Amino acid sequence: MAAPTPELEPVIVAFCCHYCAYTAADQAGAQRLEYPSNVKIVRVPCSGKVDALHMLRAFERGADGVLVAGCLEGDCHFSTGNLRARKKVAQVQRLLEEIGVGPERLELLLVSAGMGSNFARAAREITQKIRALGPSPISEAIAARAMNRA
Amino acid sequence: MKTDSVLEKILTSGQLAVTSECGPPRGSDPEVIRKKGELLRGVVDAVNVTDNQTAMVRMSSLAACIHLRQMGLEPLLQMVTRDRNRLAMQADILGAYSHGVTNMLCLSGDHPKFGDHPMAANVHDIDSVQLIKMVRDMREEGTFAGGEEIKEPPKMFIGGAANPFADPFELRVARLAKKASAGVDFVQTQCIYNIPKFKKWMKGVCDRGLHEQVHVLAGITPMKSVGMARYMKNKVPGMDVPDDLVKRMGGVEKKKQAAEGIDIAVEMIQELKEVEGVAGFHIMAIEWERKVPEIVERAGLLPRPST
Amino acid sequence: MITAERKPLEEILQSVSSFDRILIVGCNECVTVCAAGGRKEVGLLASALNMSMLKAGRPVQLTEHTLERQCDPEYVDELAQLVTGADAILSMACGCGVQELARRYRDKPVLPALNTKFMGAAERPGVWAERCAGCGNCVLGVTGGICPIARCSKRLMNGPCGGSGNGKCEISDEVDCAWQLIWDRLKALGKTDLYEQNMDAKDWRPAGGGGPRRIVREDLTE
Repeated sequence: MAAPTPELEPVIVAFCCHYCAYTAADQAGAQRLEYPSNVKIVRVPCSGKVDALHMLRAFERGADGVLVAGCLEGDCHFSTGNLRARKKVAQVQRLLEEIGVGPERLELLLVSAGMGSNFARAAREITQKIRALGPSPISEAIAARAMNRA
Repeated sequence: MKTDSVLEKILTSGQLAVTSECGPPRGSDPEVIRKKGELLRGVVDAVNVTDNQTAMVRMSSLAACIHLRQMGLEPLLQMVTRDRNRLAMQADILGAYSHGVTNMLCLSGDHPKFGDHPMAANVHDIDSVQLIKMVRDMREEGTFAGGEEIKEPPKMFIGGAANPFADPFELRVARLAKKASAGVDFVQTQCIYNIPKFKKWMKGVCDRGLHEQVHVLAGITPMKSVGMARYMKNKVPGMDVPDDLVKRMGGVEKKKQAAEGIDIAVEMIQELKEVEGVAGFHIMAIEWERKVPEIVERAGLLPRPST
Repeated sequence: MITAERKPLEEILQSVSSFDRILIVGCNECVTVCAAGGRKEVGLLASALNMSMLKAGRPVQLTEHTLERQCDPEYVDELAQLVTGADAILSMACGCGVQELARRYRDKPVLPALNTKFMGAAERPGVWAERCAGCGNCVLGVTGGICPIARCSKRLMNGPCGGSGNGKCEISDEVDCAWQLIWDRLKALGKTDLYEQNMDAKDWRPAGGGGPRRIVREDLTE
């Protein structure tokens, strides 16, 4: 893995559930709370609908980090979608370990719709963490291939 | 008499029989088995030889039985269905009988998980009840399991195991009945520590008249220490060690615990002698064979009947 | 159903290390239900392999395809064109599917991505347990609907052994004692008399002891 480069701008994909996480992100924006533009939000109906394949494909296409964000425990609009998300995140973390992509690049975040500041803080933190980890070996390999072709 | 077994003669005569056991060595030195056998000479009527006990590889039961037979002792061949199919078992039975081994104990065997070859295949072509039936048919019908006739059929005195303490308790008498109908001549029980539970089982056995079909030898294992008592209570499947016994072992100082264990064994034999249906004792002094003569003597079971 | 689990990624990587164009083939039947080799798992494996190869600096061409049924020549035929463009096939079916691909595409290496486990049923979501050993001569009618051959650790036909405690098998607290289950069910059915009828030594020929097994239905053959 390359040494962390100060100019690295990591790409972080955040799958946010429509009811809580996405609303929290929206609120953060409305309240003009700053969080890094590295975090690319994908709105999903429920965190439980984020399949292992979605998380894996994000890494495969070059994401350096992935965040799955759902409602607080007990608050899922589909009752237990967020709990299933937790299990799926753990499953994909094990798979990332097997592939050799640090499982710490994948995180679960549970927030309520009103927690704009929590969302902003989590977005800042994961960006910081990924920046410290450096680019994912996959995004590096993709970049190296593009260079070779050019 | 169905066989030439000394054990059968004694049991049929109505006298209390005594058996004990020898674990063959985990090596090829015959002296180990000879020494253990010598300790039991004149003290017991037959010597069980375990078959890859606890699923650990040992000298074969058959070979060790032959060593004992050559010393003029009465061996009892244990055979588990875990390691051989019915061809191999029948072959070994013919071989054993050709060497004058006339007693057998038919078992399913400990699961390989507990031994030193957990990766080995479990054979279980037949189970212990079916093994009893097979040995019986070899003797009574003179036929192999495949149906063909045997020239010079082996006449084995057939034993089995009975565990009055395993679950479900309500099946424990019924399971003995299954073995009886398969043709078992005698059973040796799991080590008895819980006497009231044993008596309850024995009563069930007698109520069905099974004690008239099957000689029941009560299993006795002297405890060497309170540690062993606790281990048997907590770790050995199908074992029932009451708390007051553990307490009694723990109540004496460490170097006197072995003697206490012997005392307990002797007292148990005394008490079990009076229980209807008990036809004798099977003393399993695991790696403690030298204590068997003392136990047998103090329990008033000497001298052994001459046959 | 037939249950299976994916092999460790490292083993799969090793097995395909000399190929540049790999066709990953899933199956829509049993392995889909037990989440081991259906369309989704094919996608996950393709993604994982792709990343591993990228990381190793040796990118490969991966093609994903999931058949309706991999153990049936009719469906396996439809792969012909894809197979032509591949150096090796990575099968995510049970052993039957792997072998059917190997039979149909003789000159193409076919590698298993799964370990086929057993015939079982779902105990609850995410948990499957062995139920049938395919012995070829069913005894469930006299054992209360619980199979002693598949579910007793010692395959006792006349159990239980002396290691049954609190309804569990001596080998593990996770394993129910099959004979306790049989006894409980016979009681519930009022059929405890069945217990004392000794089961004879089993004829293992229908179980495979007579050699590899086949079924021929004349009414269906062409």
